[in-house]
Amino acid sequence: MNSDYYISSFCSIKNNTISLNGSKVYSDENIEFSEFIKAAYKSLNTNYPKFFKMDALSKLAFLAADVLLKNENLNSEEENDIAIVFSNKASSLDTDRKHQKSIDNEEDYFPSPAVFVYTLPNICIGEISIKYKLFSENSFFIFENFNAQHLLDYSSSLLATGKTDKVLCGWVELDGDQYDAYLYLVTKTGTTTHNKKNIIKFYNT
Amino acid sequence: METLKQELKENIVEQLNLEDIAVEDINDNDILFGDGLGLDSIDALELIVMLDKNYGIKLSDPKEGRAIFESIEVLAKYISEHRTK
Repeated sequence: MNSDYYISSFCSIKNNTISLNGSKVYSDENIEFSEFIKAAYKSLNTNYPKFFKMDALSKLAFLAADVLLKNENLNSEEENDIAIVFSNKASSLDTDRKHQKSIDNEEDYFPSPAVFVYTLPNICIGEISIKYKLFSENSFFIFENFNAQHLLDYSSSLLATGKTDKVLCGWVELDGDQYDAYLYLVTKTGTTTHNKKNIIKFYNT
Repeated sequence: METLKQELKENIVEQLNLEDIAVEDINDNDILFGDGLGLDSIDALELIVMLDKNYGIKLSDPKEGRAIFESIEVLAKYISEHRTK
């Protein structure tokens, strides 16, 4: 796949730090993920009350996408033609375990609907799509490790076949205390070439 | 009844993750869904589970909840009349 496209921006959330295009926008060390992500939400004026109802994976993906898309000055009143291609390793396992725990004991069998709705990883795509009115293609892939080549090929294909104008893609992994989010926006114009080398370089930033 | 209402408000805020709403902000006659507290369909299902788990009340038809969950006042009255635990 050739590199006719560009990476216009990227965002990462790892080690209790949120960065946009390599610059730190929020950091709060020595607190657990649940407290960190809530504090970041408040600090970054995210203004989406449903955030608090999301599971941990959706909070991670939603906030990373929000930090990135807010910087794109999108019109929130109109549909935005941006596809979403996400990936991770643990799927929704973190929430699956919570649901499993609630149905383990027949004598205390009270599964939570609010937990159950997050027992699929691609639910986080829905949360982002609702806020930013994204009605384009979306996919969520499960890989053993971050797979830059697949993301490159898939997003380039979506753009080359006219399925979308831009692609928000990357890796949103969360399992217990371990988490790692890296999202980037692929566009048809720009200066940083959309290729495997740059995708990996920004992932490791 | 007042104790039950307070308990319901605390449970709703905690179990439905209403981060931006304080227990003392909820009035007994506030509408819980729609323009009131802004609860949604998943919240309604959570309340049905809460009725079963905390008070032994089983709602077989989720549509019943529409009237029962109108407000804290209505909900507390229903629970006090139907609770089995």
